[in-house]
Amino acid sequence: MKITPDEVRETAELARLALTDEEVERLGRELDSILVFMAKLASVDVEDVPPMTHAVSLDCPLRDDAVGAQLPVDEALADAPAREGDFFQVPRIIAHDKEA
Amino acid sequence: MRFEPVIGLECHVQLQTRSKAFSSANASFGGSPNHYTDPYTLALPGTLPVLNRVAVEYALKMALATDCQIRRVSRFARKHYFYPDLPKGFQISQYDEPLAEKGRIRFVLDGETRSVSLIRIHMEEDAGKNIHVSGAPYSLVDLNRAGVALIEVVSAPEIHSAKEASEYLKAIRQLVRYLGICDGNMEEGSLRCDANVSIRPEGSTQLGTRTELKNINSFKHVQQAIEYEVSRQTQSIESGGRVIQETRLWDAERGTSHPMRSKEQAHDYRYFPEPDLPPLSVGDDWIETIKAALPELPIDRRARFIADYELSEYDAGVLSAEKEIADYYDAVVAAGADPKKAANWVTSEYLAQESPKISAVNLAKLIAMIESGAISGKIAKEVFANVFATDESPEEYVKRAGLAQISDENAIATICKEVIALNPKQVEQYRKGNTKLIGFFVGQVMKRTSGKANPEATNRLLEKLLHE
Repeated sequence: MKITPDEVRETAELARLALTDEEVERLGRELDSILVFMAKLASVDVEDVPPMTHAVSLDCPLRDDAVGAQLPVDEALADAPAREGDFFQVPRIIAHDKEA
Repeated sequence: MRFEPVIGLECHVQLQTRSKAFSSANASFGGSPNHYTDPYTLALPGTLPVLNRVAVEYALKMALATDCQIRRVSRFARKHYFYPDLPKGFQISQYDEPLAEKGRIRFVLDGETRSVSLIRIHMEEDAGKNIHVSGAPYSLVDLNRAGVALIEVVSAPEIHSAKEASEYLKAIRQLVRYLGICDGNMEEGSLRCDANVSIRPEGSTQLGTRTELKNINSFKHVQQAIEYEVSRQTQSIESGGRVIQETRLWDAERGTSHPMRSKEQAHDYRYFPEPDLPPLSVGDDWIETIKAALPELPIDRRARFIADYELSEYDAGVLSAEKEIADYYDAVVAAGADPKKAANWVTSEYLAQESPKISAVNLAKLIAMIESGAISGKIAKEVFANVFATDESPEEYVKRAGLAQISDENAIATICKEVIALNPKQVEQYRKGNTKLIGFFVGQVMKRTSGKANPEATNRLLEKLLHE
């Protein structure tokens, strides 16, 4: 198994991380050792072992459908680098090019 | 060569819960920007999701109404992408273990019942809203909608025309409104739809390369966008080219679509199980309780109206379109009205009013008064016009307004004789063979009785007297 520098860059791009060439090289090595570890886990025969879906065995807690306290708008926007009226202001998004 | 379109639809249905999917922030539509947030909606550090029970219940309603298999244990997953309307940097969705699978949507297409298979129905949360300011070097973000509960209903690629896609979508809208889980308002975005479209030579069973159409927000646009895409793909293949797998955005104003930037198309969402939510268990008791409370579904109701009441396909469709109307119609029939007459009154008179108040019992009474000959059909419309807004009893109104039908044949005969005596010219023409003039005499009798003379008796007596 060998992860290529391009795969490291692509993964970094998806995570919006800017990496130097040295970091690409170092992270490539680190990811490689993680993948080796995963491959080892994948090779274990777990045919008869029931899957553990969560570290703690419990059902998903559910809450009643009640509206609680809302953040006052000024508090909601307090940490925003920029605001316009009651909106967050962000760098321009190309119209419509949006994920679902 | 003729091509056949192959279409699959993905519908996002916004669940009309009071609070959001994973926090108690207000989930209403239309609040002032960023007024419906809480620390979880904003993804502030340390906040954790807690699932809304009613959101699960609504998702189960839809799953059971579409004959899905319910997963007793389903799991949430994180779908990662970066966009300013998604504060966490991921959307909580379901991936390889969705709540429900293998259902079907039934609807009527050109008089035939169609059934389109569903691959899955899963739960997820909505993103916020971006506002693009024309010409400005920035965009604006409103997070009121971020975190609102959604279900995604994914069909199999079993739809073969733009019209069928539009009917399928209408059936979904009708169903979610019947179930009371979503208002189905496509303009406000509470029901949204993406379409996967490909074409293949007629008779082929292989799937062609598909494109995904986004941004379709009305029934009209679904039809237009798919028609456009099918003809675009057909032209491309016929001119020796090929279809490229891509995501295209429908531009309703231009009536065309254009591809999204290829960079945005890298569908690498890096799904992994949501560590902050344990698996969701749904017990048989819960499923049975919800199943027992499901209303009669629109397609079944339509079929019953045709089978039991002998209504036309058209009337059955109109009367079953909305649950409230279907309930009203059923109540009019239950109050004793003839089903066909009740259908006529509800479809033509009742539905023509903006907000009719007349109760089902009073409409049934009005219909009964025509049956018994107490008033004529024409007077009945006048009575309706005067009571639909107040729900005054039609009997009382008829009494108050002095509209009771004159059925006393001696009284009618006297008036007929007067009319005959006053119009010798028409009588002569009638007797010479212009029998159409009967209408003139009936009209004169009605004029003198303000329309209250029993029409059947009037016709009969006039004919008799004119032949004497």
